[in-house]
Amino acid sequence: MAKAFAIVIPSGRNFYVKGLQDHRPLGAFSFLGRYRLVDFAISNLTNSNIDRIQVYVGQNPRSLAEHLGNGANFNINLKHGKLQLLFNQDSKLNDIYNTDIAAFAANLSIIQRMLQEYVVITPSYMIFRQNFEELLNRHIESGADITVLYHKVDNAKEQYRNMTLMSINRQKGVTNFFANLGKTDSANLSMGTYIMKRDLLVELIQQARKTSSIYRLVDVINDRIDDLDVRAVQHRGYFAAIYDLKSYMEANFSLLDYNNVQDLFVPEWPFYTVTTDACPAHYFPGSSVRGSMVANGCDVEGSIENSIIGRNVKICKGAVVKNCVVLSHSVIGKDVHLENQVVDKWAKIINAKEIVASPDNPGYIEREDTL
Amino acid sequence: MKQQEMLAMILAGGRGSRLKDLTNKVAKPVVSFGSKYRIIDFPLSNCANSGVNVVGVLTQYESVLLNSYVAAGRRWGLDTRESGVYVLSPREKADTGLDVYRGTADAISQNIDFIDQFNPEYVLILSGDHIYKMNYDMMLDEHKANKADATIGVIGVTMEEATRFGIMNTDESGRILEFEEKPAHPKSNLASMGIYIFTWKTLRRYLVADMKNNESSHDFGKDIIPAMLGDGRKLMAYLFSGYWKDVGTIDSLWEANMDLLNKDSQLNLDDDNWKIYTEDVTALPQFIGPDATINVAYITQGCHIEGEAHHSVLFTNSVIHKNAVVKDTVLMNDAVVGEGANVTRALVSDGVKIGEGAVVGSPDSPHILLVAHDVPAGAVVKEEA
Repeated sequence: MAKAFAIVIPSGRNFYVKGLQDHRPLGAFSFLGRYRLVDFAISNLTNSNIDRIQVYVGQNPRSLAEHLGNGANFNINLKHGKLQLLFNQDSKLNDIYNTDIAAFAANLSIIQRMLQEYVVITPSYMIFRQNFEELLNRHIESGADITVLYHKVDNAKEQYRNMTLMSINRQKGVTNFFANLGKTDSANLSMGTYIMKRDLLVELIQQARKTSSIYRLVDVINDRIDDLDVRAVQHRGYFAAIYDLKSYMEANFSLLDYNNVQDLFVPEWPFYTVTTDACPAHYFPGSSVRGSMVANGCDVEGSIENSIIGRNVKICKGAVVKNCVVLSHSVIGKDVHLENQVVDKWAKIINAKEIVASPDNPGYIEREDTL
Repeated sequence: MKQQEMLAMILAGGRGSRLKDLTNKVAKPVVSFGSKYRIIDFPLSNCANSGVNVVGVLTQYESVLLNSYVAAGRRWGLDTRESGVYVLSPREKADTGLDVYRGTADAISQNIDFIDQFNPEYVLILSGDHIYKMNYDMMLDEHKANKADATIGVIGVTMEEATRFGIMNTDESGRILEFEEKPAHPKSNLASMGIYIFTWKTLRRYLVADMKNNESSHDFGKDIIPAMLGDGRKLMAYLFSGYWKDVGTIDSLWEANMDLLNKDSQLNLDDDNWKIYTEDVTALPQFIGPDATINVAYITQGCHIEGEAHHSVLFTNSVIHKNAVVKDTVLMNDAVVGEGANVTRALVSDGVKIGEGAVVGSPDSPHILLVAHDVPAGAVVKEEA
């Protein structure tokens, strides 16, 4: 049995992805036309032989519940492993109460019952490859109370707004967690990924609840930063975080660079998802495709450039799709010109012939809309 | 076990020697087809979609991959409590002393005990080497309505083609009067598709008799069907009008793949009501590079294209490097076309690497070139070595 179980947590307050998030939680967002964001976290865990996984599900649970099911598609041995979806029953309407601690507290008895000594906490809205087995061993050897994964970024003024940054001393000890208000470009971005003993997590949850109803895990760790040994481990390699529409598009587009593809996707570390048994993509006479990723089930008669096309999308004759992320089952009609758009599932763009936005402020086309 | 109305048995033991090097390592039914499928996905998916839940797969040659492939019944949804895919290899039994299937009928005879467990009314016999979509349940309805002893799926072919098939001569009601194997002068153009529904009790009797007959070649077409006709049994033809292709040769396998490129092809795999299920692979979506050209193609996940693909079918994880041109070609799983190489009218086997600048195949070749071995950089390969 693995020494750790895992909790996959949803995005907290302060993050909002225009349009998309009204329909599903971040973890259920389509990515690269085939995956959902949560696939990366769950595959990292199952590839690390961690097979007791709890996924916290907040609002709009349907798509995530449908996608994950019992975890059979994610290479979990369902006899000794288990993928549980835990719903936060008393999610408050005011987003300020929507914290990871509230979700932990709602499921405290389940956490206390787990047989594993350690817990791995990792978010559902970041994309990276990480061997948690190695990280856990490193954590145990180090004798630290908490290990936190971070990524060095050099564009924090523009990006990652409101996400958590960390100050780290020379011994790789964390001295402070703070929100990114865009003061410096160079920063240590917390990946929201922690390893600690289960008992310490329980203690921190209880302490946070006593302190404030709006406390997050990172707040209570900050309060204890002097008496706990909190170590930072730097993650190297491909990393993306999704926190608004622009970052969603950029993360998708970043993998149109094949170097990044080779960095994230390696044969010995598959990222699992759910098959839909879609047939291969079909390119008809007159189609043109460049610098793009296209999922199965697509029918292409028009042009695609620098875009991500989801499953079962139809791109009709004369249509031009440029710098777009098109989600599954959409139809891009004859001679329609789309630029810098996110097209949500089942949308049909037939009569609106030109929808063009700037890369800095991409457009969003509502799910199931007909334009 | 719960009684099954109709049980399917897929004859998947053929050597497929006309597919040459393609079947050196794998049995014909698990040869890849149509970017992401294998041939046997078609009968198995047809069974699943027709509500035929118990399928026996009879294997013989090179069956390690076939065995492990079909054993995962979950892929076709055939893993619920009352369904299953069973791999049936020849069993060395005390009373036969044999460890091979001697013919198509013998393959079923050796598994009478297996079939009896399910106590079916009807048995559907299929072959594992045809590409088609068919609702066996509708065929069963006809079989029942006709109160037939056997119903045989037939398809109209040209008189010229008829000389290569088993031909059914029928009366106006579709009752089979005569069966001729590869007739020199065919009287009808109704070719057997190798799809049979038998009333199990009747077939069982004929199989038991056939086993004892030392003269018999233990074959459905040569022995069982003629014996039933001779006894005046009611054998009906069931005319099928959709897409059906025997992919027994390199040329026909290539052709069937090329048929997928045709928008009006009857073999529509983009059909939510009749999906063909297959193995799920973890490859990422197809990656089309910034300078790639795609001009009429069928491409699946895992493909990586930096060069040109014209009128071609690309299988999982196949790669076309920069400045390479692939035309009228089938690139099977993991095949790699090196930078600047040129491939025309070829079927490139699984995992084959074509070196930089190599020239493979030619636009006016009479047959499709099977490329089963790596081609060194700069080499010119016009016909099979």
